[in-house]
Amino acid sequence: MKFSENWLRTFVDPKLTTCELADLLTFGGIEVEGTQPASPAFDHVVVGEVLSVTKHPNADRLNVCQINTGAAPLTIVCGAPNVRPGMRVPAALVGAQLPDMQIKAAKVRGVESSGMLCSAKELGISDAAAGLLELAENAPIGADVQQVLDLKDIIFDSKPTPNRGDCLSLRGLAREVAALSGATMQALDAPAVTATHDTQLTIALHAPKACPLYCGRLVQGVNVKAPTPDWMVRRLARSGVRSISAVVDVTNYVMLELGQPMHAFDAGKIEGSVQVRMAAPGEKLELLNSETRELTAEFLVIADDKKALALAGIMGGAQSAVGDDTRNILLEAAFFDPEVIAGKSRVLGFGSDSSYRFERGVDFSGACEAMARATQLVLDICGGSAGPVAVAESKTHLPQRKPVDVRLTRVARVLGIAFEGAAVAEIFARLGFAHVATVEGFRITPPAHRFDIAIEEDLIEEIARIHGYNRIPSAAPVVASQALPQMEKRRSTASMRRVLAACDYQEVVTYSFVDRAWEADFCANSTPIALANPIASQMSVMRSSLIGGLVSTVAYNLHHKQSRVRVFEVGRCFVAEGAAHQQPWRIAAAACGEALPDQWGVRPPRRVDFYDVKADVEALLQTRDLTFAAASHPALHPGKSARLLLSGNTVGWMGELHPRWQQKYDLPSAPVLFEVELDAAAALAMPAYASISRFPPVLRDLAVVLDEKTPYQDILDAVNSRKPASILEFAVFDIYRGQGIENGKKSLAFRMLVQDTRRTLTDAEVDSAVSEIIKILQNQFNAKLR
Amino acid sequence: MLDLDSLVKDALTAFAAISDADALEQSKARYLGKSGLLTEQLKALGKLPPAEKPAAGARINAAKTVIEQALNDRREALQNTRLEAQLQAEALDVTLPGRGSGVGGLHPVSRTLERVEQIFHSLGFAVADGPEIETDFYNFTALNQPENHPARSMHDTFYLEGENAGGRRLLRTHTSPIQVRYMESHQPPLRIIAPGRVYRVDSDATHSPMFHQVEGLWIDEHISFANLKGIVTEFFRLFFERANLQVRFRPSFFPFTEPSAEIDMSFGEGWLEIGGCGMVHPKVLQNVKIDNERFQGFAFGMGLDRLTMLRYGVNDLRLFFENDLRFLRQFR
Repeated sequence: MKFSENWLRTFVDPKLTTCELADLLTFGGIEVEGTQPASPAFDHVVVGEVLSVTKHPNADRLNVCQINTGAAPLTIVCGAPNVRPGMRVPAALVGAQLPDMQIKAAKVRGVESSGMLCSAKELGISDAAAGLLELAENAPIGADVQQVLDLKDIIFDSKPTPNRGDCLSLRGLAREVAALSGATMQALDAPAVTATHDTQLTIALHAPKACPLYCGRLVQGVNVKAPTPDWMVRRLARSGVRSISAVVDVTNYVMLELGQPMHAFDAGKIEGSVQVRMAAPGEKLELLNSETRELTAEFLVIADDKKALALAGIMGGAQSAVGDDTRNILLEAAFFDPEVIAGKSRVLGFGSDSSYRFERGVDFSGACEAMARATQLVLDICGGSAGPVAVAESKTHLPQRKPVDVRLTRVARVLGIAFEGAAVAEIFARLGFAHVATVEGFRITPPAHRFDIAIEEDLIEEIARIHGYNRIPSAAPVVASQALPQMEKRRSTASMRRVLAACDYQEVVTYSFVDRAWEADFCANSTPIALANPIASQMSVMRSSLIGGLVSTVAYNLHHKQSRVRVFEVGRCFVAEGAAHQQPWRIAAAACGEALPDQWGVRPPRRVDFYDVKADVEALLQTRDLTFAAASHPALHPGKSARLLLSGNTVGWMGELHPRWQQKYDLPSAPVLFEVELDAAAALAMPAYASISRFPPVLRDLAVVLDEKTPYQDILDAVNSRKPASILEFAVFDIYRGQGIENGKKSLAFRMLVQDTRRTLTDAEVDSAVSEIIKILQNQFNAKLR
Repeated sequence: MLDLDSLVKDALTAFAAISDADALEQSKARYLGKSGLLTEQLKALGKLPPAEKPAAGARINAAKTVIEQALNDRREALQNTRLEAQLQAEALDVTLPGRGSGVGGLHPVSRTLERVEQIFHSLGFAVADGPEIETDFYNFTALNQPENHPARSMHDTFYLEGENAGGRRLLRTHTSPIQVRYMESHQPPLRIIAPGRVYRVDSDATHSPMFHQVEGLWIDEHISFANLKGIVTEFFRLFFERANLQVRFRPSFFPFTEPSAEIDMSFGEGWLEIGGCGMVHPKVLQNVKIDNERFQGFAFGMGLDRLTMLRYGVNDLRLFFENDLRFLRQFR
């Protein structure tokens, strides 16, 4: 809420500078987000009376004026069309500094001019540049214009938290300033206005929980065209409220001043009595903002015998609005239950200053005072005759202010600092909280304007706030020490990130919501989890895989002249399973470009391929029972993709991006990708000791020719399940195709390590073990020895 | 009989002049070989009268020792020279770059997360995790923000399409639901941090629709607001490693804490809002069936992205999610 510092200081005027006042509020919990001068700085501009106006001898459009500023008359040349004798205008004296210029004595077409008469624009007050700013007829001659226009003012922009609706008014803020600073607050003098006629409307509360209090007052014979006084326009403007008409301005002014939202109806449009009731479903109402809304039964309306007149607490209706022809008005000051107003602005798509206050809670004890204040202002500005205040009230439905107890021991325990009873009592006194001492502390009855005091902690917060958070010491907690468990069979996500970073991958963070097309292309998912209110269509569904984000990151960087891109991401994916959602963590990477960074001595460069990335997967998973099975995946090249299995369970995928997507996503070459369940990757095997043989190992090589289609894994599985115990290691070390090998065949060379733990093996024993292996290869894979 | 002294002198001069290993061995033969000059002297010893033999023999042996020593020294010198030459010939340009595979790096926010986790780990905090698609209940209601609460407008929430029996589903707007889930399944004393991605409908230079938060929670019998100030201040000192760091606390409002505070920090010029905190609201404890008369404690939350920006001087939040390698590589 924006407000004028000068206005605030009419209520409470602590001996504090603007800056100190702003800090006082901020450190009291009413954050002041900014302060700015009410107008740009200018000086030496005084009220001047135009004594005479004569045509400039050398210029048609200029006049030579004599100006009375209290001393000897000044001669000032002026070009404004509205200059006339008798008017009072801002006169900038020689030496004056205006927002955009400095005033010097000068000859204007041969006539000496000692100063300048100013428009509002030249003073930086508004954009009105058409003529001189006309000051009040009684503006004191020679007085500082800053003073006369009340421009020496600072606009505060404060942001009370949602629990402090009571600070959405000048008086509420003043109350807070008084409590925080100890300064005395001036009471507002708003005596009841005596009725001068006795016409009043009947008010019926049909929904007493939603509206337990409604005050209405008829003011007759009102001149709605009377101009709003300048001081009121200025205060409204400094709160960001535009002046509309005197009656509307008064209702807004009282809302800003006292925090009680008010409304004025054209009484001539009200047929019969006033009915405060829930809207009939489907009932239509045209509002002041020209929107016609169809209402539901959740909306409270102010109606007459025939129709809805206003959306209670939110916005008036267009039909019953005060207009140029209005003669009689009905002023409304009511209390609407926060619960009936809350959430409505979301439903409507708009809120109002009124609904903003009602949904936070408005002081239900202040309606009559606000009515008196508004009536007096209307009478003062627009004239007319006020009737009696009609009050409809359902006391049992008004908010209750139940007593709240606070224990001094609890205060000390929660805040970590002990308070004397007297200090606490003083804080409550400053806050205006009625309090009585109890055995353990105090019993407080919260005032009507506070909607946030219901439990002991609410009071503890008030004590801390008024005492000052920064006066509470910082203290290290004292507790029994307790070590955190460290599981050796699970590693942290951080350590897995480090593994991939060491494998030359750069971590990235991509959005969890993605383009629907990515889900279709990379996951064959036509029913992704969709957002109801996405920020953009390419961020409209939740990802079920990290692949899309990685592919797009690769493309982005390739298009930014990076030739080699290796990236990884750790994040959650989102998979619908019926009505439930799985949200597994995954770790995924993509590599594109050369296998090694561009460097000397490694020629020719080679593109990264499946097996390079497979080594990275193996480095990441660090586990012996990891296997790869050829299988197809929507994102991947069907001949270059594999399912990753740990102990037979699928834990991920790897492969080269499908050429179709390479083309569609505009990539010069296909990245190789993998994606693994993080949970599976985090599991580690405990190392298990096996004795080391002291006897010499024997290495034997063996080359066989077998069918091209035979997967290596099959050979490995067959050999591992049947090999003699003395064959400790068995692995391929060369693959050959071409001359000497028949088409459709390949030659595989294996190296075996043969060793026994108890003795040195004889040549014959080694030969026999190797021939066992040969037998397996021959029998199961039809292999031929080379 | 040749003068032994001049023989030794000759030999030493000869050896010193030789710079070739083969020539040195030939020269050795001239003095110490089968018919070398010194060998001849020894042979001649037999012809001497017995009385003179021992003295003459001793003199010859002494001369022999000197020559042998000189020979060995010269051999070693020549060997050293040869090795020196070889080593020089083998010298590399050690300033050429190393070869092999490169190294990648962590995302700057992960770097921050690791530091945060390590610091809090050293303070005895465990790490907790929770889902990113949340229910309305865990994100708001359990945190004392019922439907239509004005505080809800502080978070612009992404909702999922379609309704669900378990309550409206949404993308969590803060990491606080993790607190609730953790308190539901664990008994006090509790000491955790909960980092993660959070989502709000917002996008400009200082707001991203997705960002990172870390939440802290400490519940025990006597954990006070003063302790909250102590721990939070300690964390920022440890994280920023800056002696002139100041931290201050300002009253604020969060539905799930009371008293609540905003945390501001400063390196000496101007204050920056860096997080929110407070004592866990009794209703939140009651909601998870923790005895709020016996147990109390604090919670705090802050933006990991913002910590990262301040730590490394990054001025645009969007850089974290653009994934431009030229930016990310700066954090290796």
